[in-house]
Amino acid sequence: MSVTAVIRKNSYFDSVSLMSISTKANGIDGVDQAFVAMATEMNKAVLENLGLLSDELKAATTSDLMIVVVPSEGADGDELVPLVEELLVRKAPAAGSAEVSHRTIASALEEDADINLAVIAVNGAFAAREARKALDAGLNVMMFSDNVAVEDEIALKNLAHDNGLLMMGPDCGTAILNGVALCFGNAVRPGTVGIVAASGTGSQEVSVQVHALGGGVSQLIGTGGRDLSAEVGGVMMIDGIRALAADPGTEVIVLVSKPPAAETEAKVLAEVANAGKPVVVYFIGGSRDAVLAAGGHFAASSADAARQAVELSSAAASAPETLDAGQVDAVLARLTPEQVNVRGLFCGGTLCDESMYALLNDGHEVFSNIQKNPAFQIGAADSSRGHTFLDFGDDEFTNGRPHPMIDPSNRLARIVEEAKDPSVAALVMDFVLGFGAHEDPAGVTLPAIREAQRIAQEDGRHLEIIAYVLGTELDTPGLDAQRKALAGAGVTVTSSSTVTGEFARAIARKGAAA
Amino acid sequence: MNTAASQLFGGQLNVVNIGLSMFEDDIRSQGAPVRTLDWTPPGGGKPEVIAALDALARPENAGRIEAANAEAVDRIKNAKPMLVGFGRAIDVVPGMTPTTILHSGPPVAWEDMSGPMKGAVTGALVFEGLAKDLADAARVAATGEITFSPCHEHQCVGSMAGVTSPSMYMHVVRNETHGNYAYTNLSEQLAKILRMGANDQSVIDRLVWMRDVLGPMLKEAVEFTGPIDLRLMLAQALHMGDEAHNRNIAGTVLLFQALAPGLLQSSFSEAQKKEVFDFIASSDYFSGPTWMATAKAALDAAHGIEGSTVVTTMARNGVEFGIRVSGLPGNHWLTGPAQKVIGPMFAGYKPEDSGLDIGDSAITETYGFGGFAMAAAPAIVALVGGTVEDAMAYTRDMALITTDQNPNVTIPALGFQGIPTGIDVRKVLETGILPVINTAIAHKDAGIGMIGAGITHPPVDVFEKAILALADKLA
Repeated sequence: MSVTAVIRKNSYFDSVSLMSISTKANGIDGVDQAFVAMATEMNKAVLENLGLLSDELKAATTSDLMIVVVPSEGADGDELVPLVEELLVRKAPAAGSAEVSHRTIASALEEDADINLAVIAVNGAFAAREARKALDAGLNVMMFSDNVAVEDEIALKNLAHDNGLLMMGPDCGTAILNGVALCFGNAVRPGTVGIVAASGTGSQEVSVQVHALGGGVSQLIGTGGRDLSAEVGGVMMIDGIRALAADPGTEVIVLVSKPPAAETEAKVLAEVANAGKPVVVYFIGGSRDAVLAAGGHFAASSADAARQAVELSSAAASAPETLDAGQVDAVLARLTPEQVNVRGLFCGGTLCDESMYALLNDGHEVFSNIQKNPAFQIGAADSSRGHTFLDFGDDEFTNGRPHPMIDPSNRLARIVEEAKDPSVAALVMDFVLGFGAHEDPAGVTLPAIREAQRIAQEDGRHLEIIAYVLGTELDTPGLDAQRKALAGAGVTVTSSSTVTGEFARAIARKGAAA
Repeated sequence: MNTAASQLFGGQLNVVNIGLSMFEDDIRSQGAPVRTLDWTPPGGGKPEVIAALDALARPENAGRIEAANAEAVDRIKNAKPMLVGFGRAIDVVPGMTPTTILHSGPPVAWEDMSGPMKGAVTGALVFEGLAKDLADAARVAATGEITFSPCHEHQCVGSMAGVTSPSMYMHVVRNETHGNYAYTNLSEQLAKILRMGANDQSVIDRLVWMRDVLGPMLKEAVEFTGPIDLRLMLAQALHMGDEAHNRNIAGTVLLFQALAPGLLQSSFSEAQKKEVFDFIASSDYFSGPTWMATAKAALDAAHGIEGSTVVTTMARNGVEFGIRVSGLPGNHWLTGPAQKVIGPMFAGYKPEDSGLDIGDSAITETYGFGGFAMAAAPAIVALVGGTVEDAMAYTRDMALITTDQNPNVTIPALGFQGIPTGIDVRKVLETGILPVINTAIAHKDAGIGMIGAGITHPPVDVFEKAILALADKLA
């Protein structure tokens, strides 16, 4: 009979625990007999009766722990001892009803080693530090925080890249991973369209339009708004393309971004060629030729991106809703000759962008807080002039208050203000539904809309209000309820961000023609 | 990019949420496991502290710190403090002279001492015959003829004021594993006692009796019993509901059980033996100093390990709180203001009567019992103003700022988990969790004594200073 005995000098365990540990040790595969006890005279006598007391064990003293293993036929005692020793490591049971709270990522991981994603939304001064800890611990990261130094972003993305992890952000507000929408995401059908997006509301829009067309989303990877800058170089978008290319659940890849830096765009498009799957590229205002040359599918709008993606996938696509010319004519007929300007009041940055570009690409002058051309930039304190499109999610407008997707009330005063301007033909606005968003954005805005309509009416004109509700019927509140609430107040409800821009452009053309 | 991200796809998303709790419910409602951290900015958000933490976290530093801390904690766990005897301070304590007075906490000059410590010093000078009365003692103390020095710098610990004078009897504890010794004086038992700042004739008379009867009898007793395994006894005491700082009933019974045969065989009269038995029975605290010396013997063995961020001393002198860290060898004190102790008070006293946190007894928490082992002592949660669940939470929280568990001293209510061991300066600052200390409250003025008990914490300053010093040295 072979016996493996280990003496842990000077290790105290109480006898009750040791009895329980011995019982468990005897249940280990390959153990014929196991004995774990303090080397008291009594315990040594028991071993002697079993014929297991070696000279070494005989010499052990009361404060020594004895681990004695008799392996079964064919088992190796030296391999079994570590398994017995594992039983000596005690873990505290979780507290009865009280939730165990954790202060650090490391301590959360000790309780649950299956954690695979850290969502980081702490002050930007500390965010990079937490992200580094998460990546070092092998976690993917979604960083909602902004105001993170670009050097930190580059270092984190390179670290993630080297470790095969996702580093989404900083300033990443939307992702859908394995069907779970994170931060500001919408409840969309699972499917085979994978999205990599540098723009939060842009990716939300593509995901809900894919859903509206009958398609579904496999994964939505956010990169953060700065990923496609020259400095960062698109590390996350490129890794995202590769991850989706390797993902058997993804048939089609859609890329969404504001216009990237030229050299970064080239790098990303080079990756498109290697994806081995259809890649639809929606870079707002991007070059069709470059995309086509890279073997990608060029999308001129968010709706176009969603349509192509669904058509390229195996999902049965329904027909996209387009701009209703008759509806436009009816609106135009109600306007006075002086009503020529469009005012866009947006919560979603990319939604604002898409409508603004619809006018800019048509040759209109547009003032905005997100205008690239400094001559047309206006601030939060400035009055609107001509066509003005405002992104209320911009830092200058939030000014420390919650983002308008969380609390749309900071644009209410502006709605009323714009109604007083007789040159205004239409107000264009968005209502963003989904996780993280306000529980009833239409409801909280309707009083201001009614007030705006009353002001115009008393002034003897019709103020057209065009609203786009970004969401799905699976969101809470649902898309239909919000649309109905707005339509009931005489608001024209559009079907997509793209159609919203087209509607605004159609009204702007009236002014240009006049 | 390797395939890790594609491993994420298709599996179960499992989220740790940091910073905005509003995201948690949305994630959970979609069926994914999620937990939100109780997050606070590391290092209190101080840039220089964060920079030091980051410097120590760099791979070239983190590795050797981990190894050094593992070594420090191994020494704490493996130390085997044995009570080997009793003797007068002048005979046993390194560096003791006829005109030396040891005190608790980091160094402090006579004129800066707190009320209770001044009370204890003047009482001790009268007891030693170095002054004819208390007024004279205050004069002597100010002359510069008396050498004041921290207990901790003489392998000693002292409860409360910690005032230790040459002829007081000391526990002699030998760490059998590492060979070092630790010393502490004897419990005076009641509330109106020297270490609490009291110093009237009844206090002096008791000290004389302890010097002439109790001390010598204990010395003889251990000569009969032979060395007593204090760690084993401490482990048993925790299983019996002590946390061995504010609750010592089990430990005192166990220690007395071990000493009794020796006391009976000593050369003293039956009347004197009865006096000693009565004295031991007069307060559960009798073994309190014994556990302090137990901890000190283990922690001194863990001090001075190059690269270690493990705390080896927490001690207070009533004015300042000081710590020492293993990787900052010698008497490198990091100090900050002593804090208030919050807890129940004896009838007739109010919080404003309290002296600030004082004593070397936080050596028990430094080892991992006392406040760190509150889960072992549900009977005294009332004393620290909480529920049993709070007591469990204290110990769990301390596990978040320590390096390991000590398998030799365990807590039944936590599934026989070992006590949290090896306070890591880095973890304290990363988590914002400060060590919890169970302690007594002395009256702020000299001459009165103990007026309550409760819990307190070190000032965060000491850990901030420590991390800066460690980063300076290591990074």
